[in-house]
Amino acid sequence: MKTFKLGGVHPPENKLSEKAPIEVLAIPAVVSIPVSQHLGAPASPVVAKGDKVKTGQLIAKGAGFISANIHSSVSGTVVKIDDMPDSSGYRKKAIVINVEGDEWDEGIDLGSELVRECNLTPQEITARVNEKGIVGMGGATFPSHVKLMVPPGKKAEVLIINGVECEPYLTSDHRLMLEKADEMLVGITIQMKALGVTKAIIGIENNKHDAIEHLSYKVKDYPGISVEALKVQYPQGGEKQLIKALINREVPSGKLPIEVGAVVHNVGTAFAVYEAVQKNKPLMERVVTVTGKNLKKPSNFLVRIGTPVSELIEAAGGLPTDTGKVVNGGPMMGKAITNLEVPVTKGTSGILIFPEREAARKPVQNCIRCARCLNVCPMGLEPYLLSVLADKKRLEECEVERIMDCIECGSCLYICPSGRPLLDQIRVGKAEVGSMIRKRSQH
Amino acid sequence: MNEITLISVVSLGAIGSVAAIILYMVAQKFKVIEDPRIDIVADKLPGANCGGCGLAGCRALAEAIVKAESLEGMNCPPGGNEVMKDIAAALGLEAEEQDPMIAVLRCNGSRENSPPKVKYDSHMTCAFAHSLFAGEGGCPFGCLGCGDCVVACAFDAMYMDPATGLPVIIDDKCVACGACVKACPRSIIEMRKKGKKDRRIFVSCINKEKGGPAKKNCAVACIGCGKCVKECKFDAITMENNLAYIDFNKCTLCRKCVPVCPTNAIHELNFPPRKPKVEVAAETASE
Amino acid sequence: MSLLTVSGSPHVHDSQSVSKIMYGVVYSLIPAMLVSFYFFGLAAILLTLTAVISCMAVEYVIQKYLMKGPVTVFDGSAIITGILLAFNVPANLPLWMVVVGSAVAIGMGKMTFGGLGKNPFNPALVGRVFLMISFPVHMTNYPKATAFSTQLTDIVTGPTPLAIMKEGLQKGESVAEIIPQIPEYAQLLLGQMGGSMGEISAIAILLGGLFMAYKKLITWHIPVAYLGTVLVFTGIFWLIDPGYHFNPLYHLLSGGLMLGAVYMATDMVTSPMSPLGMLIFGIGCGVLTVVIRMFGAYPEGVAFSILIMNAFVPLINRGIKPKRFGEEVKNG
Repeated sequence: MKTFKLGGVHPPENKLSEKAPIEVLAIPAVVSIPVSQHLGAPASPVVAKGDKVKTGQLIAKGAGFISANIHSSVSGTVVKIDDMPDSSGYRKKAIVINVEGDEWDEGIDLGSELVRECNLTPQEITARVNEKGIVGMGGATFPSHVKLMVPPGKKAEVLIINGVECEPYLTSDHRLMLEKADEMLVGITIQMKALGVTKAIIGIENNKHDAIEHLSYKVKDYPGISVEALKVQYPQGGEKQLIKALINREVPSGKLPIEVGAVVHNVGTAFAVYEAVQKNKPLMERVVTVTGKNLKKPSNFLVRIGTPVSELIEAAGGLPTDTGKVVNGGPMMGKAITNLEVPVTKGTSGILIFPEREAARKPVQNCIRCARCLNVCPMGLEPYLLSVLADKKRLEECEVERIMDCIECGSCLYICPSGRPLLDQIRVGKAEVGSMIRKRSQH
Repeated sequence: MNEITLISVVSLGAIGSVAAIILYMVAQKFKVIEDPRIDIVADKLPGANCGGCGLAGCRALAEAIVKAESLEGMNCPPGGNEVMKDIAAALGLEAEEQDPMIAVLRCNGSRENSPPKVKYDSHMTCAFAHSLFAGEGGCPFGCLGCGDCVVACAFDAMYMDPATGLPVIIDDKCVACGACVKACPRSIIEMRKKGKKDRRIFVSCINKEKGGPAKKNCAVACIGCGKCVKECKFDAITMENNLAYIDFNKCTLCRKCVPVCPTNAIHELNFPPRKPKVEVAAETASE
Repeated sequence: MSLLTVSGSPHVHDSQSVSKIMYGVVYSLIPAMLVSFYFFGLAAILLTLTAVISCMAVEYVIQKYLMKGPVTVFDGSAIITGILLAFNVPANLPLWMVVVGSAVAIGMGKMTFGGLGKNPFNPALVGRVFLMISFPVHMTNYPKATAFSTQLTDIVTGPTPLAIMKEGLQKGESVAEIIPQIPEYAQLLLGQMGGSMGEISAIAILLGGLFMAYKKLITWHIPVAYLGTVLVFTGIFWLIDPGYHFNPLYHLLSGGLMLGAVYMATDMVTSPMSPLGMLIFGIGCGVLTVVIRMFGAYPEGVAFSILIMNAFVPLINRGIKPKRFGEEVKNG
């Protein structure tokens, strides 16, 4: 079975909610929609306090090429546009809307019948994806329209669809593949058309047998698309690792996947593209896994963007009394949140609740040079060395040791028997080296 | 025997001479001609290589001074005016009089004033904590308490107070090199004029949020109410982004702004204890 | 409910810990320990206990009173050093010398550099070499491995197979004349030979090595490279002149080579990090060992060669980088 060769770990999978069908979560009384839910420049609001908005209406416009439009996920009145807590741990600008009913914007097809035909040109598809605010749904939230435009001089050969869901606990992509297979496959066909490729591969890890079987059966109706089962290994969902696993090409250091003719999109993104192009529906809701060992009812919810996390936890049986940590995202790359009122955003793939005994890190001990970090690093780096160099601010050496190649997957910190904060130090170093490089290129 | 001795002496002597000639020639060829004044200036500098002058170290400053042939814009914070005058005298230049400066911590978000709302459990550096969240107390501008400034201080002039979770600056040891200012990811530490008799008045808060959120996280936050601005007769206090700032060049240390602050965000250092109201007026008048 | 914790990702961690790794190594040492207890009796048990206790005591005193930091005596690393030091000396060594050796191993070999993980040299070997140089007579007076005995003194002593080979060759005897004087392969394999306490049984050590490899405490690189190099190197000499050089199997099975290759050279702290670096390290150890055995003054060279290669580890780590992702682009 295929997988990537270099490094990798296999944490306990704990897919507690894999059998829970996607439930539609009730619309909350108030939503807070951050204007920066994507990589790139924050969107600028186009509504003002007191305005009435409808579900699906544009409320903030993307600022620049790498940015994304934001649409209202509810209908109601804008009560304020102010700094609100979000999952970054800081307060960021958000549009707060009081919910009144659920009236949708005109032109959005709410029917559930599958629309397979797509007569738009590639340019129109990309424009529609841009207009509807689609971003990468795997967690990185990179604006999708950018990835659908092949830069001049490059050629896309294959579209890779990421159904790996290598993060333990999370099951939102898994459920989506089971329940919305046809929509997703139409979405993939549309993306293929936009990119001008004839081949698409869906990579799925081998712990999702039902999804592999289901999709293998479904793809027969969709020419050019194939399904590939992959050996379970983290971080297989990383773009570079997935490309290596599926088509055995290595994206060169510091380059984008298009360099080797590949474009990677998440299954959630493919579904969102379907809805945007075929149903004219903007990205204003997403599937979120709410899970945790002590949670009463680990679930997958279809949630309106801007819903407070606390509502999701409530619907999943309430916050367990011994909760020690709440994470937005998966256990390997997610972000611990400080406040349960933060909203669900386009990148929220899961809400993970850890009991107190699992909340703390291991006590930090001396490095015993066991080389485990080096052996698990999927980028072939030396985390033990980078962490020390970064801590000592030896930034030039960090750069030579290719700190910028780090994908922050967390495998090193996961495996370290001494509990050393390897990734913490590398992240700080990476930020500093990044600004050093930027400064240098300005001169 | 004699013969052996003779041969050894002659051969070794010959090898030695040849080596000496080569060495001499190489030394001549690669001779670095350096202004002798650089050494003179470098000897006068403290030699701590703290970087407070903005250059890589004491020798770099010495080279810069000699090259520029002027002391304009050059300053050695640890050495102070004495050292600069000394250098000026040696080079026959004019030294600008610089006011002595000192590092001031502009956050009072101790555990008591800004109680922890979450528990931080990761690498204990402010740089990382800053990238992760607003801080245990919830203030996105306040001190993170991991002590990057203490690590950066080369003069042992700082330590972390375990009770408050804030760093403390030891005035006598601080040389105003500015290493802590650079180390702090939130720019909480400011270099301020040392002041007459070491007396200083400053707003111990840099929170730019509106009053409500600021006060929610910290009992002693500047809420931007503007009372101090109205109180100040010397235009020393400005209000920008919900935050009051006292210009140390304009402040006359009258300390009238201190009692009007509703959150006690304005601090006075090294003043005698306040006497009853009438006498305060008399004293400020006499100063 | 207590306060929520905020920490950087990842939020799950592997269950492995330093002390688990260390105790894993301790468990893997049990077969070799039992063999030595069987052959050397009570003396071996006393020796091991003395070494372990004194290593832990020295570490405790230094951590508590000199470094004034946290005390981590029970993380298992001092126990390993103690056992390995005991393994590396003759079973009848006076106990006070063992205590001195332990103090040097932990004090000089480990704590001087800052404790666990910071020492460039294998502490047990530092202790052994110190003893070797300070008390050469006691350190080369090996008891004969017979069967379980409760005797502590007056044990029959004799030279190790390697010493017999070296002396024989120096006297001008031929290999054919020497071979009857040394134990047979089976005896070497099981441990019926003169030697340091823990080095005698190749099979017990290999068993421990397999256990460690199974538990992922060591990788195959260093032992295989080390033993393979010795095999190839001595094999070449043997092929050239079997009358003057010994069968490589003798070299593999006798002396401290097995113990060194499986336990001493694979010490995580003092060996290179990358797989290729480990291979280079193992080959270097092998070459040096054979050179010392064949051309050096000492009959045995494992300890010295590992210590010498330890010194090269930072250089190897610096020069040998793991294969980076996306470095050579092979598209296909």
